[in-house]
Amino acid sequence: MHVPDGFINAPISVATGAVAVAAVAVSLRGARRELDERTAPLAGLVAAFIFAVQMLNFPVAAGTSGHLLGGALAAILVGPYTGVLCVSVVLLMQGILFADGGLTALGVNITDMAVVTTVVAYAVFRGLVRILPRGRRSITVSSFVAALLSVPAAALAFTLLYWIGGTTDVSIGKVATAMVGVHILIGIGEAAITALTVGAVVAVRPDLVYGARGLQQKLKLRVNGELVDVPDAQPVTAPAAARSHRKVWVAGLVTSLLLAGFVSFYASANPDGLEKVASDKGIDARTEEHATADSPLADYGVKDVDDARLSGGLAGVLGVGVTVVAGTGVFWAVRRRRGTEDVSPARTSSV
Amino acid sequence: MGAGHAHRLYRHGHSPVHALPPHTKLAATFAFVVVVVSTPREAMWAFGLYAVLLAGVACAARVPAGFLLKRLLIEVPFVAFAVLMPFVAEGERVEVLGMSLSVSGLWGAWNVLAKGTLGVTASVLLASTTELRELLLGLQRLKLPPLLVQIASFMIRYGDVIADEMRRMRIARESRGFEARGVKHWGVLAKSAGALFIRSYERGERVHLAMVSRGYAGSMPVIDEVTASRAQWSQALTLPFAALVVCLLGWTL
Amino acid sequence: MDSVTASLEVSGLAFAYPDGHQALFGVDFSIARGERVALLGPNGAGKTTLVLHLNGILSGGTGTVKVAGLPVGRQHMAEIRRKVGIVFQDPDDQLFMPTVREDVAFGPAAAGLKGPELEERVRTALERVGMAEFTDRPPHHLSFGQRRRVAVATVLAMEPEILVLDEPSSNLDPASRRELADILRSLDVTVLMVTHDLPYALELCPRALILSDGTIAADGKTAELLADDELMRGHRLELPFGFDPRSVPVPEVRP
Repeated sequence: MHVPDGFINAPISVATGAVAVAAVAVSLRGARRELDERTAPLAGLVAAFIFAVQMLNFPVAAGTSGHLLGGALAAILVGPYTGVLCVSVVLLMQGILFADGGLTALGVNITDMAVVTTVVAYAVFRGLVRILPRGRRSITVSSFVAALLSVPAAALAFTLLYWIGGTTDVSIGKVATAMVGVHILIGIGEAAITALTVGAVVAVRPDLVYGARGLQQKLKLRVNGELVDVPDAQPVTAPAAARSHRKVWVAGLVTSLLLAGFVSFYASANPDGLEKVASDKGIDARTEEHATADSPLADYGVKDVDDARLSGGLAGVLGVGVTVVAGTGVFWAVRRRRGTEDVSPARTSSV
Repeated sequence: MGAGHAHRLYRHGHSPVHALPPHTKLAATFAFVVVVVSTPREAMWAFGLYAVLLAGVACAARVPAGFLLKRLLIEVPFVAFAVLMPFVAEGERVEVLGMSLSVSGLWGAWNVLAKGTLGVTASVLLASTTELRELLLGLQRLKLPPLLVQIASFMIRYGDVIADEMRRMRIARESRGFEARGVKHWGVLAKSAGALFIRSYERGERVHLAMVSRGYAGSMPVIDEVTASRAQWSQALTLPFAALVVCLLGWTL
Repeated sequence: MDSVTASLEVSGLAFAYPDGHQALFGVDFSIARGERVALLGPNGAGKTTLVLHLNGILSGGTGTVKVAGLPVGRQHMAEIRRKVGIVFQDPDDQLFMPTVREDVAFGPAAAGLKGPELEERVRTALERVGMAEFTDRPPHHLSFGQRRRVAVATVLAMEPEILVLDEPSSNLDPASRRELADILRSLDVTVLMVTHDLPYALELCPRALILSDGTIAADGKTAELLADDELMRGHRLELPFGFDPRSVPVPEVRP
């Protein structure tokens, strides 16, 4: 699914670049809470794992190429923020070292493969863990489902981006069918590997699985032969973080709105170069009639999207939309997590 | 362990390109690709000139053509896609050798192929003339957030650790008479994935603890200061500037 | 023992891992400046866990650790890590840079040293372990004994208050073992040596602690502890075949 240079037009590349920068910035702030000295190398390992897993490329008929994505594994093992960072780092290094995925398409790739997969997977995972009975098996099952869904979700996101900003007008139906179809198959493989890895780690080192932190027992210390509870003072550092997270989230949203707005303005003021040339040469015979039609949406066929204004506007909408979804998902996840932290001591007594 | 100071993509050498500071090379590559991508696809000759420019860099870096071409294989999935495009794309069609091809599909295929190939070649040249560790230093110098650089450097270190552990586990499996043949054995291999993960983690964790114990706090200490002189910067940026001239010509002609 | 001059002071230290496994159950001891002390104990006694508490890598249980009077905690972490030099068991874990020089420079450079001052540190540290001529070699091309010596140098370059060695003699051939002992004896820093190797402990450390089941079970002169058969058996410590601590001349205590 790595998008090469020149595959998606400039406005969308810039818009997704803005989304990617915003998502990485938000994640950098969030990751400080998820990562401590002992889990930082875990993030590196997850990145290395994903790197390896993504090297297995299968050519896909009308998509670019398909492979395992690893976003679900990252989100569950190291948390959603760090997960976004891990996959982004992988994509960056692949672009630089292996020329896999264009450097100018980095924004598209990060938005699609780092943000969408991680957020979707983590939201699904959290939701399932909440519903299912507490236990290691539930963690494994939830990882399976989360990974299974995250891959077609990314395929859909890619199709959407291609629809708005693809430089070739292949029928959207064909792209969607091929991408989603193949990626459901890939999703099954991804789900198996994710569930097996998470299952193995949960069994041996549950302390390493971010998504299983709610499973931990309340600690007891035996001092001088007697059982003593750990003093309650240290684990709760939440209140300060809560406020700053909300701030970060709002700031991220505002920034991406501004950036996306700027981009769409830029895009509508200067029609994309390729499209300009294309229309000059009469290659694409597009119609402008929808601008005055009663219901513009009714007319938004696939090929009309290469209208510069529309594509610019959609770029903005899409950028903000994705950011809102990503931001909300992450924010929700943070709140959920805090919720489980508060609840877990009480619950463990019944286990 | 000595991990991370050489990678298979890197081609050892002492050319002027090898000697350039890593951050100038990163900046130049990125700028070059941006310029290439923003060139109109109708200006076919411009892409030819870009290819000549890259060939010049490859010459200066003494990277043989065979090496470059082999590395370009990464592009194959995209080529497959590009070849399909003229058949599946919509719009006006032309007859070529008795096949009905879409004009916009042909342009699209050319666009992806030309820009993609140039981008891949530029990245391959960068990777083959810059050591991994230097690349990380370069990214750090270009003000990539330290946390990202940290994850990237751990990732590279773990790459070696994983390969190493995989080798040991394979030896352990094979010395007990197991050989992966066919689909039936995939289950065993998949189950090793989890074990591999934990083994690699625990090994890397010890390295990390040793680093932390010596005062590591998230970024590699700078032992040898690498700075780029003005001359080095201008040398590195020759490539994107030349490309920019071509690009502007492409727009005006 | 005066607490002002103590290099290391541990009191009431108890700790359980997040997975529920509890390793320390209240550890108390203190080491005066310049002392060489062996920390003995069977596998699983909590030795490594204790070591990781000394420079604050593990924390969050109860009790305190003080290094030269400074409590180990978030606010002094950089200072603590400079003062406590830990040499880990496997030199391959400790040496991760491409050349010996860069590896030895890692610690001091992380502390902010630069230029000629940094070079000087690296040179002296390598000279102290007799590895000065290997400066530009990659660590993985050295022999195991040489790698362990470089590992000691990487820590010495930080000029620590206390040197903590985890199983320093493991996997060493007899010659390398003796060379390392000579080096350790020549250093004038406080040493805490965690080991199973009882003869080595007797040779190098006048004083020994026995850590068993997460607490300090005994603290005294190494020769006397090793001669106490009942104590040794009670804590799964065994002397190598044919070795009798009573027959070995006790090394004179050098401050």
